[in-house]
Amino acid sequence: MIHSLFLINNAGDLFLEKHWKSVVSRSVCDYFFEAREKAVEPDNVPPVIRTPHHYLINIYREKIFFVSVIQTEVPPLFVIEFLHRVAETFQDYFGECSETTIKDNMVIVYELLEEMLDNGFPLATESNILKELIRPPTILRSMVNTITGSSNVGDTLPTGQLSTIPWRRAGVKYTNNEAYFDVVEEIDAILDKSGTTVFAEIQGVIDACVKLSGMPDLTLSFMNPRLLDDVSFHPCVRYKRWESERVISFIPPDGNFQLMSYHISAQNLVAIPIYVKQNISFFETGPSGRLDITVGPKQTMGKTVECLVVTVHMPKVVLSASLNATQGTYNYDPVTKILVWDIGKLNPQKLPNLKGSLSLQSGAPKPEENPSLNIDLKIQQLAISGLKVNRLDMYGEKYKPFKGVKYVTKAGKFQVRT
Amino acid sequence: MEWASQLCENRGLGSKMTDSKYFTTTKKGEIFELKAELNSDKKEKKKEAVKKVIASMTVGKDVSALFPDVVNCMQTDNLELKKLVYLYLMNYAKSQPDMAIMAVNTFVKDCEDPNPLIRALAVRTMGCIRVDKITEYLCEPLRKCLKDEDPYVRKTAAVCVAKLHDINAQLVEDQGFLDTLKDLISDSNPMVVANAVAALSEIAESHPNSNLLDLNPQTINKLLTALNECTEWGQIFILDCLANYTPRDDRESQSICERVTPRLSHANSAVVLSAVKVLMKFMEMLPKDLDYYGTLLKKLAPPLVTLLSAEPELQYVALRNINLIVQKRPEILKHEMKVFFVKYNDPIYVKLEKLDIMIRLASQANIAQVLAELKEYATEVDVDFVRKAVRAIGRCAIKVEQSAERCVSTLLDLIQTKVNYVVQEAIVVIKDIFRKYPNKYESVIATLCENLDSLDEPEARAAMIWIVGEYAERIDNADELLESFLEGFHDESTQVQLQLLTAIVKLFLKKPTETQELVQQVLSLATQDSDNPDLRDRGYIYWRLLSTDPVAAKEVVLAEKPLISEETDLIEPTLLEELICHIGTLASVYHKPPSAFVEGSRGVQHKRLPARTGSGEGAESPDVGQSGPSEAPPAVIPSQGDLLGDLLNLDLAPPTATVPSVQPSMQMGAMDLLGGGLDSLLGGDIGGSPSMGAGLGAAPAAMPAALGGAPAVGGGLGDLFDLGGGVGMPTGSYVAPKTVWLPAMKAKGLEISGTFARRGGIIQMDMSLNNKAMSVMTDFAIQFNRNSFGLAPAGPLQVLTPLSPNQTIDVSLPLSVNGPVMKMEPLNNLQVAVKNNIDVFYFSCQYPLSLLFVEDGKMERQVFLATWKDIPNDNEAQFQIKDIHLNSDAASNKLQGSNIFTIAKRTVEGQDMLYQSVKLTNGIWILAEMRIQTGNPNYTLSIKCRAPEVAQFVYQCYELVLKN
Repeated sequence: MIHSLFLINNAGDLFLEKHWKSVVSRSVCDYFFEAREKAVEPDNVPPVIRTPHHYLINIYREKIFFVSVIQTEVPPLFVIEFLHRVAETFQDYFGECSETTIKDNMVIVYELLEEMLDNGFPLATESNILKELIRPPTILRSMVNTITGSSNVGDTLPTGQLSTIPWRRAGVKYTNNEAYFDVVEEIDAILDKSGTTVFAEIQGVIDACVKLSGMPDLTLSFMNPRLLDDVSFHPCVRYKRWESERVISFIPPDGNFQLMSYHISAQNLVAIPIYVKQNISFFETGPSGRLDITVGPKQTMGKTVECLVVTVHMPKVVLSASLNATQGTYNYDPVTKILVWDIGKLNPQKLPNLKGSLSLQSGAPKPEENPSLNIDLKIQQLAISGLKVNRLDMYGEKYKPFKGVKYVTKAGKFQVRT
Repeated sequence: MEWASQLCENRGLGSKMTDSKYFTTTKKGEIFELKAELNSDKKEKKKEAVKKVIASMTVGKDVSALFPDVVNCMQTDNLELKKLVYLYLMNYAKSQPDMAIMAVNTFVKDCEDPNPLIRALAVRTMGCIRVDKITEYLCEPLRKCLKDEDPYVRKTAAVCVAKLHDINAQLVEDQGFLDTLKDLISDSNPMVVANAVAALSEIAESHPNSNLLDLNPQTINKLLTALNECTEWGQIFILDCLANYTPRDDRESQSICERVTPRLSHANSAVVLSAVKVLMKFMEMLPKDLDYYGTLLKKLAPPLVTLLSAEPELQYVALRNINLIVQKRPEILKHEMKVFFVKYNDPIYVKLEKLDIMIRLASQANIAQVLAELKEYATEVDVDFVRKAVRAIGRCAIKVEQSAERCVSTLLDLIQTKVNYVVQEAIVVIKDIFRKYPNKYESVIATLCENLDSLDEPEARAAMIWIVGEYAERIDNADELLESFLEGFHDESTQVQLQLLTAIVKLFLKKPTETQELVQQVLSLATQDSDNPDLRDRGYIYWRLLSTDPVAAKEVVLAEKPLISEETDLIEPTLLEELICHIGTLASVYHKPPSAFVEGSRGVQHKRLPARTGSGEGAESPDVGQSGPSEAPPAVIPSQGDLLGDLLNLDLAPPTATVPSVQPSMQMGAMDLLGGGLDSLLGGDIGGSPSMGAGLGAAPAAMPAALGGAPAVGGGLGDLFDLGGGVGMPTGSYVAPKTVWLPAMKAKGLEISGTFARRGGIIQMDMSLNNKAMSVMTDFAIQFNRNSFGLAPAGPLQVLTPLSPNQTIDVSLPLSVNGPVMKMEPLNNLQVAVKNNIDVFYFSCQYPLSLLFVEDGKMERQVFLATWKDIPNDNEAQFQIKDIHLNSDAASNKLQGSNIFTIAKRTVEGQDMLYQSVKLTNGIWILAEMRIQTGNPNYTLSIKCRAPEVAQFVYQCYELVLKN
C-alpha cells in the first residue's frame, strides 16, 4: 500500500514528507528529480517511475508534485485517485491548494494525512467525515480557539463511517433548506483546417450543493434520460433504480459534491457552437508571416457565447506579433510563444477579427509545424447536449426545500488545427 | 497575557492565524526553548509546544531529543493533544525504543476507554510504532479490539494485524490473529469486511502459498454483498480479491459478472478498472453464444472511454491497460477509434500511448481517418511523437493492405518536407513496406535515393543500404551509391557495416562484371581491417562462399525472404493472459509479469485466465467476435526485427552440410519449447542454409522436410500432445473424443483437434479449428499425403467465414477412399497439410482402421469356412483383450455397430467361440475368431487375413470398441 508521500514544488524543493509505514529516505526522490529534469515540462513527467526498490507514483496539481512511494504491487489508479483526493481535500480545507497554504497549515495537513490513510489503507477520504474529525480553519474559529483553548479536533465518533451511508453525517440542520444543481458540459473537439469536425464529444457533470436537514431522500429525473448511456455516479446514487427507471435516486452528502458525470460521444449530438476562419502563413522569403483569424457563431441554440478566448501556440521562431483586433485584446508572450486573444462576448452582427503580421527570427528556416488554436468559451443557461432536468422530488422529510438547476456549457479541450 | 500577545501577533499578520508561526525560530536554541514549554504547567502552552514540535518534524527537522518531554504530555483528556503526541510517537519511536516503552501503559489503558474513537486511535497508533519490544504488549489489546462490539474499532484492528505482520510475522501467526482476521470476512459490517480483505491481501502477498484468502462460493457471496455497501477503497480491495477466484462453472461466473457490472459506473476510476479486470477474467468462462456475453462486451466500452476524459495521470494508466484489453478482445473498442485521437495539449506520455492503440485498432473501415490523423501528427513539434507517428504510418501500411498505397504516398509527402528526422523515420518504415509487399512500390526508390546524404542515423542508413542492395538491379548507380558509403566504412556503426557488407555482396551477385573491385574492397575491409568478430565472420563466410560455389552463394544471399508480420510488438499470448489477470496493477502498466519486477512478493503465483467450462462449445454462432471484413494479409514471422531474418539466415546457417532430415526435427523440438518466436529462425535458417539446396528454398517448405524425412519425430511429438490420441474408434454410436492434432504453438496460432467417424457408410474427419492468434484466419484448404488406404478429401474444406481470434469452428470433412495409395508406417498414419492465409501447416494423425470397415462385410458361412482354411496359418495372429465384462451376445452386438459381423457362434465347454468377418474399403477380408470364457474377463482373439499387417490394427479396433 501507500508507503510515503512527498510534496515537491516546481523549483524542486521538497517541503513536506509523510510516512505511513517505516520511514523511506527522501533520497528516493532523486529518481523523481531525474525524471523531472528529463521531461523538461512539468506536465510531461511520467506518472509512474520505477526505482530499484520502490515505485514512485506522482501527480502534478497546482504547481505541486504529489509523489507517493510504494513498495509492493498496488493498483496505480488507486494511488493516483487517492492523491487527487488529497489535493481536493487541501483545496476544500484551505480554499486553495498551494505551497503557501500547505505550509501555513502544516499541523492540520499532517492531521489530515494521518486520518486519510492508515498503514497505507485509505481511512477517511470523504470531506464530510474529515470535517467532523478535523475542523477546517476559519479566522473566527482560530481566534476563538486561541481564546477558549478549545481545539480544532472533534472528539465525536465519525458516525457516518459506520452507517450504510458513510457519505452523510447525522443530525444535519439548516434553517433554509436548499438544493442546487449545476449541469456543466464541456465540449472536447478537434476541428481540422477546413472547419470539419474531426472529433467531438461532451464531458458533462452535475455538481450539487445540497443543504437539507435530516435524512432527505432525493429523486432527480430528466426530460431526456436517453442521452445518457455512459455515466459515472457518486457512491450515494442507487444504481438499480437508474438501470430500471432512468431516475437518479439518492441520499445526498451534506454540502458540495459531484452527483454524476457523463460522457456523450455520439457525433450528431455534439453541436459545435462557433466556427473559426483562420489563416496563418509564413513566407518563404523574408522573416515574416501573416495571421488572420475570424470567429463566428455556428450552433448556439440562440444563446450568447461569452468569455471567448483564442490561444495560439506559435512556432519557436516567431519573435513578435503586430496585430489588430476588432474586438477584445491580444497579447503575445515571446518567451512561451503563446498568443492569447481575449474576445469576450461574441457579437453575431459584428464578427471579431484579429489580423496582422508576425515577425520571425531572421535567418531561421520557415517553421514546419502548424500552430494550433485552442478555444475557450462559455454559454450560460444551455447544456449543449440538450439534457434537461425534469423534476426533483424529496422524500423522508416534511419541510419544503428550495430547488434550483443551472446549466452552463464550456469549451474543454477545444482545438482548431491550421 | 499569553493569548493576548498572540492575538496581537495574529493581527499583525493581517488577522490571519496560521501554523507558520510555529516555524519562527529564536536565536537561543529552539530545542531548549521547546523543552521548557513542553514542561510548562499551562495546558495551552503545552499544546502549542507540541504543535511546534510536530511542525518541525513535518519539514524534516530532527526533534527526537524531545522524546521524553513529549511522551509526558500523552496522559491527557484532550483529544487533540493526544493525537499530536501519537503523531510524534509514530515518527520517533523507532529511534528511541527504550523510551517508547514508557508510552505502552497509556496505550493499553486507552484501549479500554469507553469512547470507541479513543480505543480505535490507540490500537491504530500502537501498530504504527515499529518497535519489536512494544509488539508483545500490543497482542492482548489487539485481540480485544478485533472482537470489539464497535465495528469502527474492529475495522481499525483488522488493519493493525497487517501492520503487526509487517513488523513480526511469526508473532501474528503464533497468536492466531490470521484466523481471527479470516473470521472478519464474515463480519456483519461491510467496512470491516473490506478492511479484513485488504489486510489479508497484503499479508498474502508476502506469503504466496499460505492460502490465506480461501475463496469459496460462500465467502464470495459475502464479498459481493459487502461490495455494494462499503467505501470506494473497500470496493477496490474486494474486487481485486474477487479477481483471484475461479468460478466453478459458467453460471456462477455469469452471476458474479452481473453483480460486478454496476461498479463500472463508479466515479472512482480505480474501482472501474478493478471491475473491468474481474469481468475480463470471468468472461473467459462464458459461452460466446450467450446473449449475456454480448451484453457484457457492450457494457465494457463506455467506462473505458470515460477513463480517457479523466486527468492525464489516470489516462496514462488506463491507456496502458486498454492496450492489453485491445489485444485480448479487439471487438470491445473497435468503434471507439476517435477517442484515441491525440489532443494538442496531451502530455507526451499520453500521446505516445494513444498512438499505439490507434494502430492496434486500425482496420480497413477506419484507415482513412487514422491516416489523416497520423499525417497531422507528423507535423507536430515534439520530435519523439513525430517519429512515432511516422512509424505508425508504416505500421498501418503493413497492417491494412488496402491502405498500403495511400500510406506510401503519405510517407513520400513527408519525405518531401525534408525535415531530417521525418525523412529518416520514413525511410526505415518504407524498407519494412518493401519487405511486406515485394515488387510493388519500388518506383519510389528514386525519391529515397535523393535523400541519401541527409541520413545520419544508423538505423536509417542501414535501411537505405538494405534497399539499395536488395534492388541493386533496378538502381543504375547502385555501385556508386554503395561505394560512397564505403568511404567512411570504419566510422559507421556495426549495424550499418554489416548491412553494407551484405548489400555489396548482393550487388556483386546481381551485377558481377562491374563490381568485382567493390566487393573485394568491402571483404577486405570487413575481414582484415575490422575488430568486430561479427563483421569478420560474416565477411569470411561470404568470401568462402563466393570463392567456392557462387551458385550456392546466390542461393544463400539472395534467398527469398520470409514475409514480415502485420502486427509488431504484440504481447505473447500466455503473457497477455497473465497480464489480463493483473489489469490495473503495476504489472499492467509495465506489461511485464509481476514476478519480473515486484520486490517483496516472493514467488508470485502465475495467474491464468480460467478455461471455459460448460457446454455448447461447438454451437458457436459464427458472427460473434468477428472483427469486420478485414482480411489479414499473409504474414509469416511474428518478429519485429525485419533485418533480423536477413541476418539470421547468415549467422545461424551452419557452414558445413548436415543431414537435412535431422536438422529440422531438432528444431521442431526447440520450437515446442520456445513457442512461435522461433519460427523465424527456422524459416530463415532453412531458406538460406546452403545445405538444403534450392529445393527447400522458401520457409514453408521446412515442415514437409521434417515430416518426410523424420516421421517418427513428428509422431512422437504428436503423442506428447495427445496422449494416446489418434486411435479413437468411431462406431455407429461411439466416436473417439477429439484430440489435438496440431497444437497452436506449431501453427502460428491455429489449433486443430479432431477425430474420425464413419456415419452411414461415409467416412468423416471431424475437426475443430481454433484460432489462438491475434489475426483473422481465412482461405482454409486441406490436402492429404498419399496413404495406405487411399484416403482423400471428398470435397474442399468448408470454412465459410473467416476465423476470428479466439473463435472455434467445427468442420466435418467427408473422405473418399479413391486417393493415391502409398503404404505408410504405421499403416494407419495420415499426413495432412492445412493451408490458411498465414501459412501451410503439416501434421500427422492416425485413424482407427474401423473407419474402413464397410457395411457389407458379412461373409457367407460357407465362404468364411473356406477362406479360413485357405489363408495360411502363418498369417494368423493372436491377441488378448483384457478386462472385458460383456457376455458374448453383448460383445457381438457392440462389434456389429462398427461393422464387425458375427457369422457364427459355438459354445464348447463353457467357452463361446464367435466367428467374425470384416471387409475393408479396398476389398481385403479379415476373419476373426473370438473366444470368450464365462467368468474370465480376458478374451482371446485370433485374426486371419491375407494381409497380415492389418491384424494389429484390427485388434486395436476390437479393443476400443469393446472397452467403450
